Amino acid sequence: MTDFEPVIGLEIHVQLKTRTKMFCGCELSFGAPPNTHTCPVCLGHPGTLPVTNAEAVHFGLMIAMALDCTVAPRSIFHRKNYFYPDLPKGYQISQYDIPLGREGRLGDVRIHRVHLEEDAAKLVHAGSSGRMHTAEASVVDFNRGGTPLVEIVSEPDIRTAHQAGDWLRLLRATLKRIGVSDVNMEEGSLRCDANISIRPAGDSNFGVKTELKNMNSFRFIERGIEAEVARQESILRDGGQVVQETLHFDPSTGAITSLRSKEEAHDYRYFPEPDLVPIAPTEAMLERAREALPELPAARAERFERDLGLTAGTAKLLAFRGELGDFFEDALGADGQVEPATLANWVTVELVPRLGDADPQESKVEPRALARLVELVSAKTISQSAGKTVLDVLAAEGGDPERIVQERSLAMAGGDELEGIVERALEANPKAVEELKGGKAKAIGAIVGFAMRETKGRADGGEVNRIVREKLGL
Amino acid sequence: MSEDVVALSAAQAAERVRAGELSARELFEVYRDRSASDELGVYLWVAEEAPEVVSDAPLGGVPLAVKDLFCTKDVPSTSGSRILAGYTPPYTATAVENLVRAGAAMVGKTNMDEFAMGSSNENSAYGPVRNPWDTSRVPGGSSGGSAAAVAAGLAPWAIGTDTGGSIRQPAALCGIVGLKPTYGSVSRYGMIAFASSLDQCGPLTRDVTDAALLYRHMVGRDDCDSTSLQHPEEIRLPSSESLEGLRFGVPPALLGEGIEPGVREVFDATVARVEELGGLVEEVDLPSATHGLSAYYVIAPAEASANLARYDGVRYGLRSGNGDLTSMYEETRHDGFGAEVKRRIMIGTYALSSGYYDAYYGRAQRVRTKIAEDFREAFERVDLILTPTSPTVAFELGARTKDPLAMYMSDFLTVPMSLAGLPAISIPGGLSDGLPVGIQLAGPAFSENRIMEAAYALEQSIGFEGVPR
Ligand SMILES: [Zn+2]
Repeated sequence: MTDFEPVIGLEIHVQLKTRTKMFCGCELSFGAPPNTHTCPVCLGHPGTLPVTNAEAVHFGLMIAMALDCTVAPRSIFHRKNYFYPDLPKGYQISQYDIPLGREGRLGDVRIHRVHLEEDAAKLVHAGSSGRMHTAEASVVDFNRGGTPLVEIVSEPDIRTAHQAGDWLRLLRATLKRIGVSDVNMEEGSLRCDANISIRPAGDSNFGVKTELKNMNSFRFIERGIEAEVARQESILRDGGQVVQETLHFDPSTGAITSLRSKEEAHDYRYFPEPDLVPIAPTEAMLERAREALPELPAARAERFERDLGLTAGTAKLLAFRGELGDFFEDALGADGQVEPATLANWVTVELVPRLGDADPQESKVEPRALARLVELVSAKTISQSAGKTVLDVLAAEGGDPERIVQERSLAMAGGDELEGIVERALEANPKAVEELKGGKAKAIGAIVGFAMRETKGRADGGEVNRIVREKLGL
Repeated sequence: MSEDVVALSAAQAAERVRAGELSARELFEVYRDRSASDELGVYLWVAEEAPEVVSDAPLGGVPLAVKDLFCTKDVPSTSGSRILAGYTPPYTATAVENLVRAGAAMVGKTNMDEFAMGSSNENSAYGPVRNPWDTSRVPGGSSGGSAAAVAAGLAPWAIGTDTGGSIRQPAALCGIVGLKPTYGSVSRYGMIAFASSLDQCGPLTRDVTDAALLYRHMVGRDDCDSTSLQHPEEIRLPSSESLEGLRFGVPPALLGEGIEPGVREVFDATVARVEELGGLVEEVDLPSATHGLSAYYVIAPAEASANLARYDGVRYGLRSGNGDLTSMYEETRHDGFGAEVKRRIMIGTYALSSGYYDAYYGRAQRVRTKIAEDFREAFERVDLILTPTSPTVAFELGARTKDPLAMYMSDFLTVPMSLAGLPAISIPGGLSDGLPVGIQLAGPAFSENRIMEAAYALEQSIGFEGVPR
C-alpha cells in the first residue's frame, strides 16, 4: 500500500490594530453598535476615494521584516472585482502581482508573500439557518468593512496537521510580540485557511489541492487538516481523483462540505487600482519599521535555551507568551543569584496556573519577589512546599517573600528545634528504629514522615535523614 | 438691468460685486430666474435661494453651474443616471468646496451624459440637452448641460469633467472656452467616477480669463485624493496679446480624413493667425496618437466596469428586484443603467477578463505609454500643440445614437491628451455654417499658464461673438 505525504500551505489573514481603517479615517471598533464606525469612503459612496493608512503600511513592513521577506521597493494595489453585499465598492482593494513582501521565512516554513488589503463588512442573516439563501432577511454591519488586513501566504512546506498548528502558534506569537494585531482567532483578528494536497511519499510533484476555509481555533485547524488529509487519502485509495474546490470543516460533526462550488470559477478581473499611488517605502520608513521590531519569539526561545540552559519546551513556553518571557527576564535581572532554569520552572509550573491567562506584569507578584522566593527555596531557607505557600500569598496579596516566611513561620526547621523533633520521632517509632538498625534502610521513611508532619513541611528531608543516622550511630 | 448683468463675464461680475457696484444676491436672482425658464434641458436641479457669500470673496458670489457628476451635500447628485435618482450625497466634492470657499454660489446642477459616457448629452436618463446655437442639434458631451448653460447665458460659468474630451468637445460645439487641466491638478474627491485614471474636472466659461480665474480656485493638492498634486505655479490671469517666440506643433497624423471641411477651414485660418501673431508653426509627429481612441475605449470602460459596481441596490440609489440577492443585483442594474453604460460595462468587463487582459487592457496601457512618450518628444521641440477640438461641428440630435463608433469619433482629437494626462483648452475659432468650431491648444503637464496666455492672445485676435441673442 502506498504511503501518502500531505503537502500543506497556510493562508493567514491578520487584522491590524491600527487606530483607523485601511483607506479612510474611521476608527476601528470591535463590538460597537452596528454601522457607527462608517463614513462615505468605507460605505462606497459615489465619488469617494481611498487614501492608504500610513500606520498600516508601517505595520505591514514590520510583518514583512519579522518574516524575513524582501520588501518590494514599489508595491501596488489592485482591485479584486466581485459582487457581494459585504463589499461596498463591488471590489476589494488588495495587492496582486507586486505584494509588499515576498520570499521570507519563519522557522522551518518559507513565506511566499505578505500583502496589504481591506477587510469586508459583516453580514448578519436573520432566521435560524444563519445562511443567506434561507434567511428571512440579511443586514450588513459596515463597522468591520475597511479594517486593515495583512495576508500572509506560506509555501507548501508543512507536512502534518500538528506541524501546521505549531507553526501557526509561532506565527501568532511573532505577530503578537511585534504588537501589530490582537491575533485573536475567536474574534476573527487572526483567520487561517489551509491549502491541502497529498502525494505518494517521495514524489516531488504536487497533487490536486483543496482549500479549507476559515477555521477559527488551533484545535479546529489541526482536526480539519487531519480530516481533509484522510478524506483525500480515501479518495485516492479508492482510485478516485481529488477535485480542486473550497471546503468547509464543521468541527461539531467533523464533516467536510463543499463551499460555493457553483460560483467557484470566479474571475476577479484584477487590475491596478487607479485611485492609489504605489507604496514606495523610503529608507526612513524601512528604518522605522526595523527599529520597531523587538526580539522575535523564535530567536528568544533559542537564546533562552542556548544562553540560559532552559529546556526547549520551557524556552518555547516563555518565548511564545511574550509577557511570560518578559516577567521571567525581569525576575532574572532583579536578582543575579537565582538559577535561570529553576526560576523558569517556577514561572511556567507554579506561577502560570495561579494566574491563568492574565498578564503576570499586572498580577500582584513582583518579578523581584518571585526571584527572591526561588532563591529562598534553593538555599533551603524554606522548603519547596513552603515556597508554594508563599507563592499563594504573593499571588493573592503581593508582598515580600521573606516577610511572609517570617510572619507565617514558614522557615525551615533546623538546629535544636529539628534535633528535638527527630528525637521525638525516634521515640514515637520504635519499630522503625529497630528495623533501621537491622539494616532495612526503607524504614527511615516513617521517621522522616513524622518529622515532616511535626514541622508542617518545614523540614528538609535530607537534613532529617542525616540527624537520624547520626543519632543512631549509623 | 438683468440683460446688462448677463452680458458681463464672470470675472467682470465678480469685480463689480467686490467693488460694491453689484449685489451678489441680485446677480444670483437674475441667473436663478433665467435658469427656471431653461428650455434647453440644461438643469437637473436649480437652487431655491442664494447661499450666503462673503462679499469680498475672490469669486464675489458669482453664480456657478455644477455638472451633476459632482457630489454636493444634501443636493441631488445623479451623474445623469436613473440608478442615482433621488440620491443626495452626505458630502461635497473638494473642487466644489474650494470654489464655494472662494465665493462661488451654486445656482444649479447641470445635465450630462449618464456617468459621463457620451459625446452628445443624449445618454442622459433625464433627457437630452439642446444646443443654444441650433436647438435641433446636440451641445456635445458629456458636460453638455454645463456648456449649453454658459453658451445660453443660463450661468455665467460652469464646471464640468473631462475623461476623453467631455469638457473640450461640448465647449467647442457650444462656442465657449473649456479647459481640461493636467491630471491630478484638481482633486477628484467627490467626482462620481467614470474612469479614474483619466477623469479630471475643469472650467467651462465664456472667455479665457474666466477659465483662468475659476481654475485658480479649483487647483490644489487634496489629502482625500492620493493622485492629486500641488500645481507648481500660481495660476495667472492671462494678459498677453502676442504669440512672439512661441512654437506651435501641428500633428498631421490627427488631421487626416474625418475632419469636416468647415472645421478644417477655421483651423487653417487659426494657424495663419498664430503666425500673424508671431508664433512659429511646425509639423510634429505623434505616431501613436491615432491609436488613442482604441486604447481609450478599452481603458475607460475597464475602469468604469469596476467604478460602477457599487451601484448594487444595497446602500443607496435605486433598488429593484423581488428581494432575493441575485434579482436585486440584476434588476437594479437592468433598470438603473442606460444602454451606453451597459455597453461600456460589458466592454470593460470583457477587457479585464482572465485570458483577455493582456490582449486588451495590457496592450491599451502600452499604447497609452507610447502616446505619452510621443508628446514628451514633441514638447522638446514645440511649446504647444494645435488641433481642432472636434472633427465636426454640432450634429443633429439622433444623428449618431444608432452608431456608437461614429459617436466615439467625436473624441478622436481630445483623447490623446487625456491618455497622456496633459492639459488642453478649447476656444472658439470661428463659425462654420453658423455653428462654432473649437480650436484645441495642448501643452506639457502643468503648463496651464502658458496654454491660457496663448489662448488669450488668440481669443483677443479672433474676437469671437457668442450666441446671437
Ligand atoms: Zn470610513
